[in-house]
Amino acid sequence: MEILMCIVAGLLFAAAVYLMLSKSLLRIIIGTGLLSHGTHLMLLTMGGLKGGAVPVLGEHASLYTDPIPQALILTAIVISFGVTAVFLVIAYRAYQELGTDNMEQMRGMETDD
Amino acid sequence: MINAPILPILIPLVSAVLLLFLPKHIQAQRLISAAASLATVVSAAVVLNKVKTDGIQTIDMGSWPAPFGITLVSDMLSILLVLTSSFITLCVVLYSFRSIGSGRETFYYYPIVQFLLVGVNGSFTTGDIFNLFVFFEIMLMSSYVLIVIGGTRVQLRESIKYILVNVISSALFVIAVGFLYSVTGSLNMAHISVRLADIGDEPIVTVLALLFLVVFGLKGGIFPLYFWLPGSYAAPPAPVLALFGALLTKVGVYAILRTYTLFFYHDQAFTHDILALLALLTMVAGSIGALAYKDVKQILIYNIIIAVGVLLFGIALMTEDAIAGTLFYLIHDMIIKAALFMLGGIMIWITGTSKMDKMGGLIRQYPALGWTFLTASFALAGIPPLSGFIGKLLIVQAGFEAGEYVGAIIVLLSSLAVLYSMVNLFMDVFWKKPKLPQVYAKKQTLSMFVPAAALVVLSVLYGVGTEAVYPYVMKAVEALIHPEIYIDAVLKE
Repeated sequence: MEILMCIVAGLLFAAAVYLMLSKSLLRIIIGTGLLSHGTHLMLLTMGGLKGGAVPVLGEHASLYTDPIPQALILTAIVISFGVTAVFLVIAYRAYQELGTDNMEQMRGMETDD
Repeated sequence: MINAPILPILIPLVSAVLLLFLPKHIQAQRLISAAASLATVVSAAVVLNKVKTDGIQTIDMGSWPAPFGITLVSDMLSILLVLTSSFITLCVVLYSFRSIGSGRETFYYYPIVQFLLVGVNGSFTTGDIFNLFVFFEIMLMSSYVLIVIGGTRVQLRESIKYILVNVISSALFVIAVGFLYSVTGSLNMAHISVRLADIGDEPIVTVLALLFLVVFGLKGGIFPLYFWLPGSYAAPPAPVLALFGALLTKVGVYAILRTYTLFFYHDQAFTHDILALLALLTMVAGSIGALAYKDVKQILIYNIIIAVGVLLFGIALMTEDAIAGTLFYLIHDMIIKAALFMLGGIMIWITGTSKMDKMGGLIRQYPALGWTFLTASFALAGIPPLSGFIGKLLIVQAGFEAGEYVGAIIVLLSSLAVLYSMVNLFMDVFWKKPKLPQVYAKKQTLSMFVPAAALVVLSVLYGVGTEAVYPYVMKAVEALIHPEIYIDAVLKE
């Protein structure tokens, strides 16, 4: 099971890297979304995917799944959600202000703008 | 007062939340943020004194014993850096009163600065690797807002690149933490250190060490990973740039120092050789940039990269002298970079441009600014009575003792590049006749100059009073060279 998940996460990373290297800003943001999906999946896999009850004490099971990676993922999800929201709004503002979503046209060194 | 080490995180946090309620009252914003910054400095000084007398201070959050809860650890290194960053933030806040402009002030500039300080102080103090990630994100989120606040074209353009690079490095950080968790089964830094010592020199530990180097190198701007830094740092206004240049990259350097002395000290031959090589290339790349540009901001920005290279070279050597030199240089560099960016900001504000060929002849009207800038430049290059000297001396000495002749000579040559670029900057801006015959209108700069000058004075005192700082730094070095001290303090064995 872990091997399958690692392959899936790897495919997500590959897709994310491919998208982030493209010219369009929106494709780059979709790439960051896939990157964080891959990261969270990897974090879950790293904690181990052995069978066990959900980490709720009321289940009275003999074996529970590891609760720590789930807490870490929950934290990482809200953080990446916040960052993605900021990123999208800044991309929208940049589109309004610069009139392009092409990263090739966002170059240059004029510092006294 | 057992909870004192949390105050440098709590005070800015509470004041930031308070400031969110009164965005339109600029006077209140200024008053509260200055008072909160001052209180942070005082609390950090109190904790410093406590660490000096009683040793490493730890707090287990929620009274959960060490490896299970989050532990905040104030050892001498963290609290020295917390004190330095709090003082720099105080000076930057005072400097912002005049320079940042009311448009930005009414749009939550001061609370965001306080949130940035929360992130920085938290990163220095935490004893939990995932908590370090969270504090990094607090710091980075604030920096995203600070880099784009105002919304000019260049800021929007550069903030996209800055955010993208940091999103990628944060994802890598989470993956690195995941790998580390699967190897050691712990997130507490002291506990991880114990577990890694049991595992010994498995290849996976070396892979982890390099993954962390890539993550923190992206934050800190080391050689192949510094590409985002010159463009992004040139975008925001001077006080924000002073905060970034003084604090953000140094947090990356601190994280490398902490992980390489606490986690990855087993297979030094491989990891530390790579670190040394990257450090030298960082210095070379920074020197090339500092010499190439005719722009006030760019020269100062490439000087950040040179300093990161010097610090990494000190970390790579891993002897007692080298670590002591690194700490001396780290604190000096935070202070002097903030001072230089603030002075550079005044120069840009007076002349209305950052291009050196359009400036000139400022020494007639602004002699105090000129001589302060020259003093700061000399301190940056490491001229003996000033603050940059002792750190570099110890690093170079340790380099020669370890037989790393090439590295030590490159450190010395990079000082030459620093000195040349800074003096060139000084001569172009202050001495040379201005291109245009008109003299600049005399502008009132006192309220911006005083905080910047305070930092320069502090740096001079730091250089002259090395003897007074020495016991503090050596105490920090002791805990870094012997990780058992840190581990015992946290796990209370």
